[in-house]
Amino acid sequence: MDQHLLSIVLFTPLAGLLVLLFLPSKSTGLIRIWANVAGLTGFLISLPLVMRFRAELPGYQFEEKVSWIPSLGVNYHVGMDGISLLLVMLSTLMGFLAILCSWSAIQDRVKEYYAMFLLLQVGMIGVFISLDFFLFYVFWELVLVPMYFIIGVWGGPRKLYAAIKFFLYTLAGSVLMLLGILTLYFAHFQQFGFYTFEISELMRLNLPLATQQWVFWAFFIGFAIKVPMFPFHTWLPDAHVEAPTAGSVILAAVLLKMGTYGFLRFSLPLLPTASMDRTIVQILAALSIIGILYGALVSLMQQDWKKLIAYSSVSHLGFCTLGIFAMNPNGIAGSVLQQVNHGISTGMLFLVIGVIYERRHTREIAEYGGLAHVMPKFAIIFAFAMLSSAGLPLLNGFVGEFTIMQGAFEANWIWAACAVPGVILGAAYLLWLYQRTMLGQVTNGKNLVIPDMNLREIAVFVPLIAASIWIGVYPKPFFDILRQPVNQIVQRVRPEYFAARAQAPPPEAAVEHAPAHTGGAE
Amino acid sequence: MSFSQFYTSMDHFSIVPAVMLALFGCAVLLFDFIIFPDPRQRKWLLIFVGLAEGFTGFGLYRQQAWLAVNRAPQIIGFGGSVLVDGFAIYFNWIFLIAAMLVAIVSYKYLEISGEHHGEYYSLILFAQTGMYFLATGSDLVTLFIGLELMALSFYVMVGFLRGDKRSNEAALKYLLLGAFSSGFLAYGFSVLYGIAGSTKLADIRVAIEARPAWDPLVFLAMATTSVGLLFKISAVPFHMWAPDAYEGAPTTVTAYLSVASKAASIIFLVRMFMGPLAPVRVTWEPILAVVAVLSLTVGNLAAVNQTNIKRLLAYSSISHAGYMLLGLVAGNQTGINGIAVYMAVYAFMTLGAFMVVVALRRQNIIGDELDDINGLMHKSPCYAVLMLIFMLSLAGIPPTAGFLGKYYIFLALIQTGHYTLAVIGTLYAAVALYYYFKIVRNMFIREETEMAPLASSMGLRVAVSIAGAATLIIGIFPEPLLRLAQNSILR
Repeated sequence: MDQHLLSIVLFTPLAGLLVLLFLPSKSTGLIRIWANVAGLTGFLISLPLVMRFRAELPGYQFEEKVSWIPSLGVNYHVGMDGISLLLVMLSTLMGFLAILCSWSAIQDRVKEYYAMFLLLQVGMIGVFISLDFFLFYVFWELVLVPMYFIIGVWGGPRKLYAAIKFFLYTLAGSVLMLLGILTLYFAHFQQFGFYTFEISELMRLNLPLATQQWVFWAFFIGFAIKVPMFPFHTWLPDAHVEAPTAGSVILAAVLLKMGTYGFLRFSLPLLPTASMDRTIVQILAALSIIGILYGALVSLMQQDWKKLIAYSSVSHLGFCTLGIFAMNPNGIAGSVLQQVNHGISTGMLFLVIGVIYERRHTREIAEYGGLAHVMPKFAIIFAFAMLSSAGLPLLNGFVGEFTIMQGAFEANWIWAACAVPGVILGAAYLLWLYQRTMLGQVTNGKNLVIPDMNLREIAVFVPLIAASIWIGVYPKPFFDILRQPVNQIVQRVRPEYFAARAQAPPPEAAVEHAPAHTGGAE
Repeated sequence: MSFSQFYTSMDHFSIVPAVMLALFGCAVLLFDFIIFPDPRQRKWLLIFVGLAEGFTGFGLYRQQAWLAVNRAPQIIGFGGSVLVDGFAIYFNWIFLIAAMLVAIVSYKYLEISGEHHGEYYSLILFAQTGMYFLATGSDLVTLFIGLELMALSFYVMVGFLRGDKRSNEAALKYLLLGAFSSGFLAYGFSVLYGIAGSTKLADIRVAIEARPAWDPLVFLAMATTSVGLLFKISAVPFHMWAPDAYEGAPTTVTAYLSVASKAASIIFLVRMFMGPLAPVRVTWEPILAVVAVLSLTVGNLAAVNQTNIKRLLAYSSISHAGYMLLGLVAGNQTGINGIAVYMAVYAFMTLGAFMVVVALRRQNIIGDELDDINGLMHKSPCYAVLMLIFMLSLAGIPPTAGFLGKYYIFLALIQTGHYTLAVIGTLYAAVALYYYFKIVRNMFIREETEMAPLASSMGLRVAVSIAGAATLIIGIFPEPLLRLAQNSILR
């Protein structure tokens, strides 16, 4: 059972999709129900992964390997470690919630809409569990097509522009990444005499620094566009603003994580020397810090609710990449946790916008004000989302950012010093947004008559708020899950790291080996 | 001396598929004239084409089996004028599939156009006969005759819509430029003959090997031959004819032209450059690299602004020729293998795309403008989804077949250290996506502007479905095709 568990999780949405295709497109009610059932099943069926996952084991679990294209050395090889586990759970949960939140928002071409979401879900899960580079690439590209349609068909006024921009940007990055993959593939053939895309095999490669650097930059472009890191971020505001609510949720919560995941799974372990190269690390840290500050500053001056959140993603993802390139257990563990946190809190923020947009059909911040009087339930939920994104202690955002800062400080105190204003600015633009939309008197008469959230809408937020409190109050299980894979990455990139710590005074070593300690909020 | 010395059973065996094609082609002409002149009774034409392709396929299968059983690299016929090897048979399968699918979809198309004549089908078969000799010929004369047989058939087919100005114009343009390029080719051949004193490719290779790489005479022969060859695959700067011919020709002929004619020209090109011209690789490799990059540039950038689907696909086919040339520039086993795989997947996806355009053909509507495809998703979801698969495949997005072709080409370039070319090729793949998705956008996002229902026929639906299924299945389970391609070039 364990052996096929991942495949079952991966292909459940596909099975749901196939059944969906045979439902008559006229009966939208039936299609809605079926899509929600499929989404919920996809989530429930992934729960055994959590229960059966054993955090103390190193390496991959639930592995399944079947030969797929023998003449190219391609295998269908899936498996997961702690990092994949968190991101897969995030995908199945957010995938379901995205489907659930679309119940009343989508009225035309319902069947195609849900079909696209189920297809997207297959791609997302596939990306996070592939242990074969070819397979990974297939899923990576598979994600683009449904997302293009979700933005392009059900999006806002400038949907065509946003959709093709999203597709072209990502594709340009990923074809360059393909060249990097092929370089590794061929180098492996030269060194070992057979062709394979297995990650574990490719890790045995011994490449000269120049090759590693060129492959690193090829990967970098692919992943950095996806994250998106600072100068490659321009597709993101367009895509987010034009996408329908559920599209924005998935884009922010899961799709962006594919880029950071790529760094962790491929760039660092496969190209350890280049990843530790001083110039490269400094450039990437600098780009991350610029992203943090620039994203936050641009957010401050947005007039559009959704655009504000979109730019805040640039800032938050900057923290994630900064944590990765701090190259120590705290930084990386914090980064992965922050990826999950960002998925939860930004997902919530986009859902919040969706709720209000469905009622008023505008995202201009100036159109709102004093909504707390009209929609008290909405105000509470928005407050949760906003505070978790701003990093209030006892909520999830704080734990992630704090750990990343700790890692950044350990790597270079200047980085931490430069990134800290990002936290403050983050609180500023979010609180100001809340103030402008929720507090004060109702200034716009149209806002007086809007109904508060209904039960279905609240149900979408309940699991997210629960998760955010859980991570904020008791993050230890998450850090436990992450310890093995994170230590492996650090060990791989900086073999001397743990050796040096072992000789250091005991208390410090204890801190390093138990990142969970940094949860702080216990 | 008896006749049997001039035409042995081995000779016959080496050309039996071509004999079948030619015989059935003549039979179609005769029957059309004498026995079934009734213009309303046309179904038998398709049966004849089907029989012809059936016998041809059987002949190819027998040849393939013979090669496998005897573990021979090739079947030698007519004293070495015809050499049937695995590579040739592989390409002949592509011609066969293309001819069959085109014949099926032509039926309805010609009926709507009011030009349903038996010659059309015999021309398809004659063109295929020419292609057979292009793939198997190893003698300048055989090759040239094969090329001309194919080209002449196409000149007629491009202008088959006699009442249509565009079709006539296209045919004339194609004829004039084609004849001009054939002249170049013949000139190059004559120089090659002058160098070697023989028309056999193997002898020419020996003679060229004996000369220095930068020998001016060899260079002259290489340059003029290349002009003729590159014209046929519509590589830049010899591509001018392609958009006009593609646009003006009946859509079914465009499909045949862009797939079968291109496949035949590609194998001809590969044979020339990897055969007699291989010793002077240093001279042609940079030229082909430049031509390939130019083809990618012009093809992709010009396609962006097209409003006519056939023209758009014409420019895209120029860029695909560029990718295949890159495989030749890399020139190693992977590169040649890549060309074979690329050509097969290109055949399915391009045929499919053109066949969907054929489906848009209705009374008084040619159906080749971008706006004609608006809202296809609403009108006919099946055609729209199949077209999406073809577009994704043409753009090289996995898990469709088109990705595999690009994969091989890029891998070959990396193996041979052509990193710059690889980067250029990948970036143009992103550009290409833009214009393919213009079609997708019109199909799925725009509202329909042309309300007339599609004039779809059973044959068309089956043919498009075959192409779509092949594109998707090759993409997901490529192993059989890759094996076939690999085995075909192992010598």
